[in-house]
Formats: sequence, structure tokens, C-alpha cells
Amino acid sequence: MTALPETTGRKLGLVIDLDICVGCHACAVNCKEWNTGGHMAPLTDLDAYGAEPDGVWFNRVHSFEANDGETSRTVHFPRSCLHCEEPACVTVCPTGASYKRAEDGIVLVNEDTCIGCKLCSWACPYGAREFDGDSGVMKKCTLCIDRIYNENLEEIDRVPACVSTCPASARHFGDFADPDSNVSRLTAERGGVDLMPELGYRPVNKYLPPRPRAQAPVAASTDQEEPAGLLRWVDRLLSR
Amino acid sequence: MHPAPSIVVFTVASGAGFGLLATLGVFSMLGLFAPELWFGLVAFAVAFALTGGGLVSSAFHLGRPERAWRAFSQWRTSWLSREGVLAVLTFIPAALFALGWVCYGQIWAPAGLATALLGAITVHATGMIYATLKPIRQWASPWTVLGYLAMATASGAVLANALAHLFGQGSAPLGATACAALAIAWIVKVSYWEAAKQDAPSTTASATGLKGRVRLLEAPNTESNFIMKEMGFRTARKHAERLRRITHLSGFLAPLVCVLAAELLEPGALAGFLALLAVPAAAVGLLAERWLFFAEAKHTVMLYYGADAA
Repeated sequence: MTALPETTGRKLGLVIDLDICVGCHACAVNCKEWNTGGHMAPLTDLDAYGAEPDGVWFNRVHSFEANDGETSRTVHFPRSCLHCEEPACVTVCPTGASYKRAEDGIVLVNEDTCIGCKLCSWACPYGAREFDGDSGVMKKCTLCIDRIYNENLEEIDRVPACVSTCPASARHFGDFADPDSNVSRLTAERGGVDLMPELGYRPVNKYLPPRPRAQAPVAASTDQEEPAGLLRWVDRLLSR
Repeated sequence: MHPAPSIVVFTVASGAGFGLLATLGVFSMLGLFAPELWFGLVAFAVAFALTGGGLVSSAFHLGRPERAWRAFSQWRTSWLSREGVLAVLTFIPAALFALGWVCYGQIWAPAGLATALLGAITVHATGMIYATLKPIRQWASPWTVLGYLAMATASGAVLANALAHLFGQGSAPLGATACAALAIAWIVKVSYWEAAKQDAPSTTASATGLKGRVRLLEAPNTESNFIMKEMGFRTARKHAERLRRITHLSGFLAPLVCVLAAELLEPGALAGFLALLAVPAAAVGLLAERWLFFAEAKHTVMLYYGADAA
């Protein structure tokens, strides 16, 4: 049903540390690899080796430049479904194919009842949903429900594929309803932020902003300053 | 937003169809239409072709059209579902209204009134589908719903006026209604365009949570993807300006002049021709308007792909 649950028992989601992310795209690639055989499989690629390849990805890494001059920095920004608490993508669905799970807050699509009207992708400000033109239905991040509850995996591997693969540990998975969870503590300590809070979707996933620089950037050394003593005499001699 | 031809045609056609049904309902109730067989037959055929054809056209843009029936289930939360349910509900009194008119030569006023009311609520639901999409600032405005209602009323009244002239049932109140509806729709559309100029609330900084001036350095993919094709449609300013002129001239001014001239002239071939000419003029103008409605709308997701504002 497209009515939202009153409350969700748990609020599973991700913390993404923009201070640490190195922009290697491993999370996007491992997401694609796992999910093309997972709950929402396949993640269809069209014209994969042709001139205009196109395909479904649940996770994409954008790179931004923030600020100007000496304070400017490059920030790599992985973008995926934020499993919002007010997901308009769910309530606009005319068929009930989109739903938010009451037990853990994960937003999913039932591929057997989706009619492919694409309205949910219009309702998502974050671009989390991608239409599969081959199967004619909408697809999206499942927070790897087929990993996090998978008892055939070692307990340490029961995290989303993007989290398990991140070589820099920039991604964390946990329950935001528990104030003592790793993700809740990280968010509190580092001032984790919502994306586009002005739209009121109340995303569950949080982004940790880059830390302020420890010190002002040091200007590059030059030989323009006047030397003193013997060096001054040598400098004058050579400058003639 | 990508202006899918099926949705552009669907919204214009079904709006005009429901507008025509509503005009037939209200004017026959007021005794301004006589339940003459051929007038009724042609008018209802046109109205049902526009509304029914529009619904079929809208199914063409679905990924899985064979599952379209499922869209009637979520009317509690989804305006798209409500639109579908209301459109089908409107057909019930509309069918009774048509039956009374065509088969029994009678105006069944309650059925006509119910058709008009349900038709208006259906068009309102169409507008709400767009007006409730917060990521698209231009649409998330009261002018969106007013626009759909005003343009459905205007196009329906112009159509009813043309058919009435064709079957010798033209009247001054009908012509005046069509003129007033066109003028109101014109004002509403201009107001929509004015409201769309407002500054966008979302920026690349709010979309990324980063401070200061934020700009895209590198996109995640070298080629296009679904999001960029669906939400990233852009029209050249020159192109948009030309289509706005077509909307002003062909959508509003030309039909207004035609309907007004038809009223002022002696009833006859020329008056009928002018009343009829207003229909294709309005159709061209409203199709241009609807195409622009989609093509000029900007989605917040493009902030992640280098857009300045949304």
C-alpha cells in the first residue's frame, strides 16, 4: 500500500562521510554487481559496449568543487536512495507497488505490480529511482535487504554491498532509531546533515560534511625575498 | 522535464472533453440547449472520443500498459490514482446524460449536473498530480491546478460553441461564456509564467549539504542516463519564446477574436465558420502551452548534474 506506516520500528540507513570519500566509485560498482543478481535484478544495461551505453544504477558518485580560492576543495559525493521518512515517491504511486516497510523503514518497489508510470521518479528530489526500459518497471536501492538479513552470509558481511566494499570506510550502515548506534553517534559527533531539508522529505541517510582544515593552507615558498648576510652579497653578485 | 507526446496530448484532449461535457451539462440544465438528436450524437461522440482517447493515450507511456488497471487502487494517497478513478466515475452520469439526450430526447438535468461536477473534480485531480510534486518548483503552485481547470473550461466551451453553431443552437450566453473562459484562462497562464520566475529554494549547496559556492566538477557517468533524459530536458530560449507567442496568439487571442466575431455577426455561414475556426486555433495553442508546461519545468535532481538552480 502506498500509505506510509505511522512509525517504523527501526530506521535503517547509511552515513556517508564526505571528508573521507576518495571518489573511487567502488561502492557504485559493487552495488551494481550485487544488485544485478539481487532483489531487484537485473540492473539492465542497454548498448553496454556501443556508442551510447545506458543502464540502471542505484548508486552514482558525483564530484563537486566547493568554495573558491584557498578554501576550495574537491568533494566526492556518492548519491543513492535516502530511504526518507516522508517519501513522496511512495505516496504518489497509483498501484501500491512502492512501499515503505513498517519494520525497518526501507523503501522498496514491487516489480510485479509496478506499471512503469515513472511518477515516483518525478516525485524524488534526489534522483534515486531509475527506470528499467527493458523490463518496463522502476528500480531503486533496496539497502541490500538480501544481504543485511541474509543468514547464509557471515555476520560481518550482513551490510549493504556499498558499505562492505568501501576501501576508505567512508560508508556506515546502522539503525537511526537507536540513539546509541554507530550511525546515530557519528551523525551527532560530526554534525551529519540532511540533503535538501527545505523540501521536507526527512531523509534517513545522513551526510557528514568535510572537516574544517586543521590549518590555513601554506603559501608556496619563493626566492623573491631579500637574503641577508653572505647570501645577500652572493645574490647581488649574481644579479649584476 | 521531458515532454512525452502521449501526456501532452492526453492532458489537452481529456481537459477539452471534460470541459465539453461540463458545458453540455450546465447549458442544457439552464434550458439553453435543446436535446436535438444530431447535435447530441456528435457532441457526445466528440466528448467521449477526447476523454476516452486521452485515457488510452496516457496508457501508451506506461512501461507495463497491461497492468494499468492496478492504478485504480491507491486513491487514498495518490492523485494519479484519484484521477483515474474520477475519470471512470464521470463516465457513469455522462453515459446516462447522453442516453437521455440521444435515445429519449430529454435533458436529464441531475445526470448533466453530476457529469459537470465530476468532470471538474477529475480535471482538478489532473492538476494536483503536478502541483504536489515539490521537486518541480514551477509546478508546485496554485496556478497549476487553476490552469488545468481554466484551460479545460475554455477549450470545452469553445468546442461546445462551435458544435452549437453547427447545429443552429448557438446563443449569446454560450458565446459570452466561451469568451470569458478564454480570457480567464489567459490571465491564469500569464500568472503561472510570472510565478515561475521566482527564485528556486534549492541550490547545489542545499542538495549536497556543502558550504559556499558549489559546482559540479565531474559527473558520475560519461553518457546520458534515465534521470538526465527524463528530468534534464532543456529547451532553447528562442524556441520557448516562439512557443509562448504561439500560446498567446493561437491558444487565446485567435479563439477569442473568432468567438467574439461569430457572436457579433448575423447567424449564418460566416459566423459558423468563425466559431468552428476557434477550435483548431485553440488546439494548436494549448498543445504548445502543454508542451512548454513540461519542457520548461526544472527538477531539483539536475542540481547534481550541473544545473545552477531548480
